[in-house]
Amino acid sequence: MNYFFQKFGRILVIWLPLGWLLLFFMFPLVEMINVSFSEARRAVPPYIPAFQIGSGGFTFSPVLDNYLLIYEYWEDYLWPAINSIRLAFFSTLYCLLFAYPMAWWIARSNKSIQHILLILVLMPFWTSSLLRMYALIGLLNPNGFINDVLIWAGITVTPIQMMQTDFSIYSGMILTYLPLMILPLYASLVRLDVSIIEAAADLGAKKWDIFRTIVLPLSIPGIVAGSLLVFIPAVGEFVIPALLGGPEQLMLGKVIWTEFFRNRDWPVAAAIAIILIAIIILPIVYARYQDRERIS
Amino acid sequence: MAPFIRIQNISKKYGKLLAVDNVSFNLEKGELFSLLGPSGCGKTTLLRILAGFEITTEGYVEIDGQDMVDVDPADRPVNIMFQNYALFPHMSVSNNIGYGLKRASLPDNEIKSRVSELLELVHLNGMGERKPSTLSGGQRQRVALARALARRPKLLLLDEPLAALDKKLRSETQFELCKIQEQLGTTFVVVTHDQEEAMTLSTRIGVMNNGKLVQVGTPNEIYEQPQTTFVADFVGEISFIEVTVKEQKGPYWLMQGAVPIHVSTGAKLRINQKVNLALRPEKISLTSKSTGKINEFPVKVIDWAFYGAGTQYRVVGPGGINLKLYESHNIPSKSNARQPETGFINFSPDSIIILER
Repeated sequence: MNYFFQKFGRILVIWLPLGWLLLFFMFPLVEMINVSFSEARRAVPPYIPAFQIGSGGFTFSPVLDNYLLIYEYWEDYLWPAINSIRLAFFSTLYCLLFAYPMAWWIARSNKSIQHILLILVLMPFWTSSLLRMYALIGLLNPNGFINDVLIWAGITVTPIQMMQTDFSIYSGMILTYLPLMILPLYASLVRLDVSIIEAAADLGAKKWDIFRTIVLPLSIPGIVAGSLLVFIPAVGEFVIPALLGGPEQLMLGKVIWTEFFRNRDWPVAAAIAIILIAIIILPIVYARYQDRERIS
Repeated sequence: MAPFIRIQNISKKYGKLLAVDNVSFNLEKGELFSLLGPSGCGKTTLLRILAGFEITTEGYVEIDGQDMVDVDPADRPVNIMFQNYALFPHMSVSNNIGYGLKRASLPDNEIKSRVSELLELVHLNGMGERKPSTLSGGQRQRVALARALARRPKLLLLDEPLAALDKKLRSETQFELCKIQEQLGTTFVVVTHDQEEAMTLSTRIGVMNNGKLVQVGTPNEIYEQPQTTFVADFVGEISFIEVTVKEQKGPYWLMQGAVPIHVSTGAKLRINQKVNLALRPEKISLTSKSTGKINEFPVKVIDWAFYGAGTQYRVVGPGGINLKLYESHNIPSKSNARQPETGFINFSPDSIIILER
């Protein structure tokens, strides 16, 4: 038994998770690419696979129709795409602006309470995201808590429209994604040696100078990591705009949902998803490239 | 004339802990002053007070006639070299050194020429474009020194400047540091726990213990005339003998302990006063036969260690007196020569330090 573990333990530890990833992460992705090159039909499943192994052996007949369709009606897809990217970009920016002071404060507070503060940051993750969104709706509704208070205080007579606006969408995005920004920022700021900041102050740097020339450049890895962690899921976000945004907020995630469930056009939905993945991968590749530039 | 730097009745409390306890001393321009003491004695806190990072609970600091109480670290004519150097890892060596000059809004070409002057001063010509992470420990130390000197401070503070270097490099750097200090005439305050470093570097040493400045003096004074048992024990090797003053006998005082000891001293002593006699190892000679000299008694050698330049012995005398003595090898030593097991020691009545008990 002992011999078995010595010999196969390492193989087991590495290959079991790798096999899992291959089976449940890589295959669905490949399958999606496969669907995106398939021809739609009215049947179950609603497409003729581009690549399949069946009784007739092995067939491979990819079609470019789905991509060509998107290309032909590009205006219909461009606006949701721009909208998705705009929303993801500003969500990332607002998260960064909120998270930076918080991460700095946590990183500079007493070691003994740092862990408690980090747990508090993660606390919202302990409830369902859907529940949190409904809680937010309860706050922002025309007859919600905030408007009730504003009317009671005499600040406004009619309820202020907060739902179905950019404000409500960004509130939901920040509520959901802020911890993903705070944690990497905290990790890079906590490593910043206090004596480096003191050295800058000693050499005549004022507070803003210290931030601009020392703290900010040294926290760039945290900013990049946090921004990717927020931007990537935010681009494909479907639930938050659907619940909190107005009907005119057409997002790429929503378009995919519509193609998939309403039009039952799986191949086009898959093709849009693949394009979305390409859009998401670009900033990562760029960040990696920047990283390599900085190292060399 | 008023002293160049005046440190007056400085105290610093952290809650109930008194980290610095009523410290006062003055510095002349161009001095290289060491603060020496065991870790936790308050020397680093005192240095941070001078830099402006800590606010004193009491007392004040005056530099060149200017009160420093309300002056920010950024505006003090003081710079500090940190123990870990605290170089900016994302900046080149030149930008590190020029950082303070840029904050002072100097024109670019002047910054450039000052930086290259400083690079030359610390022998790092041609290294300006390198990143700190590509430098050796000794090179990093010199970048930190150049950066701290760039603003031409009136007072330069150095926190354990040589602690991170290996022994061989340390003695070279020590020499370099002294040379630069003399060349520039800047006043240096060095914090160190290494008594050898303090001795070789300083014009004067301040020995600290438990937040108090226990003695200030030249290296020679600190070594040969320590005023307390702590200073005698902390600086260099020393052995103590507990005795009682018995009587004055001609030019000597006769002390009674385990053995009678003659001491020549100008100090005022009372009959029956209990004192500690302190003896440096190199002041004691070991002979195999009795020489009939004053202050001689038989001993047993219990331990010895070969140091190359000399040999250190541990001997036990009458009444269990335990002494360390050091014999330098004036003639080449035979490395494996059998060491004497018994012998006689003697020491001059002039070489004994008397300390209150």
